[in-house]
Amino acid sequence: MSKEHEHGMSLIVKTVTRLTVGLIFLYGIYIILHGHLTPGGGFAGGVIIALSFINLDLAFGGKVSAGIFSKESTGVVEALGALMFLALALIGLQYGGFFDNFLHPDGEPGGLVSAGIIPLENIAISLKVGAGLFGIFLTLIVLQKFESESKQ
Amino acid sequence: MISESIVPLFVAVPLAGAFLTALLKRVRGIPDILGVMSSFSGFVLSVFFLVRMQAERTVLVLNVGNWGGFQEVMGRIVGIQMVVDGFTIFMLLIVNFVAFLVAVYSVSYMTRYTDKWQFHTLFLLMLAGMNGVLVTGDMFNLFVFVEVASIASYALVGFGTGKRELEASFKYAVMGGVASLLILLGIIFLYSATGTLNMGDMKTVLSEWSVQPALIYLVFGLFLAGFGLKAAIVPFHAWLPDAHPSAPAPISAMLSGVLIKALGVYAIARVFITVFGFPRQVSIILLVLAAISMGVGALVALRQWDMKRLLAYSSISQVGYIMLGFGIGTPLGIMGALFHLFNHSMFKSLLFLDSGAVEYATGTRNMKEMGGLARKMPVTSGSTLAGAMSLAGIPPFAGFWSKLVIIVAAVQAHHMKLAAWAVLMSIVTIAYVLKVTRFAFLGELREKFRDIREVPALMRIPLIILALMCIFGGLLLVPQVRDVLLSPAVRVLAENGGM
Amino acid sequence: MNAHMPYILCLILFCIGIYAVLSKRNIIKIILGVVIAEYAVNLFLILVAYKAGGRAAIFSTTEHIAPQSMVDPLPHALVLTSIVIGLATTAFMIALAIRLYGKYGTFDITRMRELRG
Repeated sequence: MSKEHEHGMSLIVKTVTRLTVGLIFLYGIYIILHGHLTPGGGFAGGVIIALSFINLDLAFGGKVSAGIFSKESTGVVEALGALMFLALALIGLQYGGFFDNFLHPDGEPGGLVSAGIIPLENIAISLKVGAGLFGIFLTLIVLQKFESESKQ
Repeated sequence: MISESIVPLFVAVPLAGAFLTALLKRVRGIPDILGVMSSFSGFVLSVFFLVRMQAERTVLVLNVGNWGGFQEVMGRIVGIQMVVDGFTIFMLLIVNFVAFLVAVYSVSYMTRYTDKWQFHTLFLLMLAGMNGVLVTGDMFNLFVFVEVASIASYALVGFGTGKRELEASFKYAVMGGVASLLILLGIIFLYSATGTLNMGDMKTVLSEWSVQPALIYLVFGLFLAGFGLKAAIVPFHAWLPDAHPSAPAPISAMLSGVLIKALGVYAIARVFITVFGFPRQVSIILLVLAAISMGVGALVALRQWDMKRLLAYSSISQVGYIMLGFGIGTPLGIMGALFHLFNHSMFKSLLFLDSGAVEYATGTRNMKEMGGLARKMPVTSGSTLAGAMSLAGIPPFAGFWSKLVIIVAAVQAHHMKLAAWAVLMSIVTIAYVLKVTRFAFLGELREKFRDIREVPALMRIPLIILALMCIFGGLLLVPQVRDVLLSPAVRVLAENGGM
Repeated sequence: MNAHMPYILCLILFCIGIYAVLSKRNIIKIILGVVIAEYAVNLFLILVAYKAGGRAAIFSTTEHIAPQSMVDPLPHALVLTSIVIGLATTAFMIALAIRLYGKYGTFDITRMRELRG
């Protein structure tokens, strides 16, 4: 048995995960960027991105995603996303109101660069949701370890 | 125009403070500074709006995201509105004032716990939620902010992560979660019946109905149960006596002083009085529940030995008084209710902060183990005395005047039995208040407490300020002050549902 | 088929959730009860938006859809918010459940007896 097999799930799961995880990640980005044109948006896209990381962790047994994205950095990214969203809302105050769509011209309806600040807000939400959801997942894993240690 | 557009800052500033704290948690002192500054700017903002309201005497309405122009096109309000009227400002002042003092207090107090930044983040999120509940003019937005504040408070109750804290937090989270579902269900029913979520629109639609459909009674029930659970009125109070003592003292002060009022009492008053026009059935139910709350809270408080648990039961009883004032429904009753709400915020947060100070110095909350602390901790015992006298309703402390107004209103509205019951229960209140002062602060000093010291200055200052509010709070009734603070708030409620 | 059937089923689902919260002793089952009740409410919220033969409320550049034939989009936005809130509550309660298990070694709520009253 290879050393890789000691953690996580079977070889089939690992291979499939390795093939698909990048696609899932890209699909999440697609959903975010087209949030103002098609169903979906920052929240759904953020969840999909978080799921791609969770998928890695589940298939390979814990430590893999920690190299890319630690629990500390999820907190930082989450706070950044929230602050970005709030900043966009507050900049609107300069132009006539809270959450005012201040980017003029708005662009062509149906075009990728359109709808003013809505795509930017989608990106902010996706950072917040993706990092938040992955942070919740990591927290629950840490708690589980804490719990199994205390039982011993 | 300018002042309308900064209404969202009530939510945005604490929110920004919360996430900046999470971002800059490593920098020494930043979480403390951000926590204090954000709540202080909330207080400054509410004073600013109070002054402006004085000059203009209008209701400020803001259309979030500049959707106001669509109103003519669509024939109805599009998007979320934020509304600031007299009642809102009154509540905003109380919430932000108490939050600021509590933030100052917790700078020293929370050094006992690890991960202080998490405390400040959650605290500011809770403050953002409460401010949001107060300024919003939209039903669903109300629900969202109620949830923001609630979830932050669940986490804060379990902040100590001991057995008790976790258990209390779980109990609170489950009951609070069910309450939120009931509120949401009520909002859905209302939306399907009226086709709008805006409170002003909803009121217009509801008042145009000649016959009230049976559905509306279901909504009353759902809202009473949901917001009643958040306000801890008696059949729904089970979470409070566990949650309040388990939380760290500053959070107990916030929960008891402002959270149950912003999420429970304010929401009940706002929904039932301004939106529904205060139907008679609801006022009768409120009166009954208020009477039961007053009795149960006071009588159970008598037999408690845990100082914070006693204060928690006392909160249930005092919320009963506030509800009694609203239930009477006359302008005088509403004024009494609001005045008592103000006083309760001051003396109950003061007493919880005092209990925290005692715990900080002695390490215990059991009053049987205390005694003679007055000599060692003059500021704490003095402020406790002021708060306790206000709670007991001893003249000339603030609590006396508000209880008097409520009782007079009850007599005027021919609720003689309720008035007598309120008087009786305030005598019981005196009894349990005396228990606190007698066992904790008077008597012999124990051997093991020989070396205790007064709490640090940052904890003393909020205690002193709140104690002064308890002593001089009665000045709110002086006509000049009343016209600024109480009367506009009363006018908002009495115009809509006054009998 | 009775037109009120979906609403009644929602109500039954809600009652199942509340029943689980009130009667179960296992913490995990209580959490599941809250989640079930929450999804009953979300389902109900979505059903309020239902319109027979309605279309998704998205304007298209290729095909003209009259606004009158669209379903009410507002509850869809609301239900998303309510799901997110539910996610936060559920995640928090599960974290609490794990911590409680660590302290007591059991999920049985009747054996957690630190608090009374």
